[in-house]
Amino acid sequence: MTAVAGTDTARRVEVRSAGRFLFGAAVVVLCVWVLVPIYLLFVNTLSSPQEVSGFPKTGIPSFDFGSISFFLNFAGVLDALLNSIIVAVLTMILSIGIGAPAGYALSRFDFPGKEAFRLLVVMTRAFPLPLLALPLAVLFIRTGLDDTQIGLAIVHTVLALPFAVLITFSLFSGIPVELEEAAWTLGCNRWQAFRKVVLPLVLPGIVASAVFAFIISWNEVFAAAVLTIHNRTLTAFLVQNLNVSPLHLKFAGGAALVIPALIFIFAVRRYLFAMWGIANR
Amino acid sequence: MAEIVIKNVAKSFGSFQALHSIDLTIRDQEFMVLLGASGCGKTTLLRIIAGLEQASQGEVWIGGRRVDTLPPRGRGIAMVFQNYAVFPHLTVFENIAFGLRMKKLPQAEIDRRVNRTAELMQIGQLLKRYSGQLSGGQRQRVAVARALAMEPDVILMDEPLSNLDALLRLEMRAELKGVLAESKTTTIYVTHDQVEAMSLADRISVMNAGRIVQAATPIEVYRNPATRFVGSFIGNPPMNFLPAAKNGSGKWRVAGVSFDGPDASRDILEFAIRPEDLDIGPGGLAATVRLVEPLGAHILLSCKVGGAPFRAVVDSELNVSPGDTLSLVPKPGRARWFDPETGAAI
Repeated sequence: MTAVAGTDTARRVEVRSAGRFLFGAAVVVLCVWVLVPIYLLFVNTLSSPQEVSGFPKTGIPSFDFGSISFFLNFAGVLDALLNSIIVAVLTMILSIGIGAPAGYALSRFDFPGKEAFRLLVVMTRAFPLPLLALPLAVLFIRTGLDDTQIGLAIVHTVLALPFAVLITFSLFSGIPVELEEAAWTLGCNRWQAFRKVVLPLVLPGIVASAVFAFIISWNEVFAAAVLTIHNRTLTAFLVQNLNVSPLHLKFAGGAALVIPALIFIFAVRRYLFAMWGIANR
Repeated sequence: MAEIVIKNVAKSFGSFQALHSIDLTIRDQEFMVLLGASGCGKTTLLRIIAGLEQASQGEVWIGGRRVDTLPPRGRGIAMVFQNYAVFPHLTVFENIAFGLRMKKLPQAEIDRRVNRTAELMQIGQLLKRYSGQLSGGQRQRVAVARALAMEPDVILMDEPLSNLDALLRLEMRAELKGVLAESKTTTIYVTHDQVEAMSLADRISVMNAGRIVQAATPIEVYRNPATRFVGSFIGNPPMNFLPAAKNGSGKWRVAGVSFDGPDASRDILEFAIRPEDLDIGPGGLAATVRLVEPLGAHILLSCKVGGAPFRAVVDSELNVSPGDTLSLVPKPGRARWFDPETGAAI
């Protein structure tokens, strides 16, 4: 009896330790998968142009800013960087300006077609951009939105909007409606209650979802490449020059794209988890 | 002066009728408790008075003014919520001052009122804290202080004590009663706890399935329930009910014993008696004891009378054990009679 129980326990321990090993291995593989390219990107960015194309590699950055200064002085890079920032900021403003009210409405009001609306919000991501690119380009040329920052920002807003709506929906749902009702009974109208009670409580989350919208625009390349010619964003600019530019320019450009994204996403990771929590329901 | 008059108020959510044509007058400075099981519409009625819910029909008057088209802020009310609704991003001081700042009162007046109500609710030492640093009981005190500081005509309370533990609830209950009596505001208090209702109320409105079944003083509600529902809902242990068959004019036969009763035209009535309104004596209802539960001063007996369950509360000096048969005589004037079909008292 005890012997059977003993082997049973032993096997269970074995299974558990095997499971733990598998889990650990998966974690390591995932980390390597993500971290090695980023590491290589950094090493090569922080090395001189000769080291980047030279062999053998040391694997250790020499902290030579030759590649970076070459990148920054390359014709058109600063303009593209500025374009990227302008488009990303516009995207951020548009997607929060449109997404936050939608998120608030979803969390606070019951209206016919609410579930369908929630689904549709996510469905906008179901249409691949390449499919839409051609008609969109034609439409933009007709309306004069082609090759403008606001035109690109509108397309990026469409991409960022589902996330803005879902994040703000989960934020507003986290604020008990009684807090607003208490504010109403204490002399506030709807807007005052929102500004004095809800807004201070959701502001960090709103900032996070704004940052996320910024990143989506910052990293987006397809629409940027199709819809702009002279006013290229950094991503589109780098794609355009991919074949003709030296290796160290590619690495420096890659780093310039990745670093802001990494920093911002790290800063707002808590709120993104909250969004997935809601999105998975 | 704030008398509240509710005229023909009804509310439906889709096809569900939450309130059926409520008429109720709450006198100035009265403490009115809305009592009922969950889902009976008591909170909906309170929220309609507060302006947080729109009535489907009817009128609400506060202090001689029709308010049902006004937003909550225009009604001269303050509300205490079940989950306290203390603003987490503001200190206790700013929470209590919130409504006063909305009224644009001078700072000196705000200070005076916040300090006075905080003193009253014994949270004077917590004014700089945030709600996250407070216990449930302290948050409840902040919520009440915030309502009192508004010096409203009417205070509405939605189960304010139900989230507190038993001991704290007892303490807060006594305190609330004192504070609200002193503030001389009209109070409407929603609860499902009959003990709370009994101890606080000037009058209790017992609600069932979207209707007010009886609105009367606590003792009246207890002694003379208007319907069978009120009798069975109020009192712990609840009222006993037994079928009664007509046995001549004004005579009714209950479990083989003849009682004097009302002169009703029906052949069958329901006889009702509270468990504590029974004496042991000759010629009473024959009760077979099944369970004996000593409660200290009294013993709760679970019996069978004529096959129906029947409870009695007797003095603890009585020596009784399961299986005994007792003769239980209703105290004079305490038996009640109900129409078995409509449930109305006769």
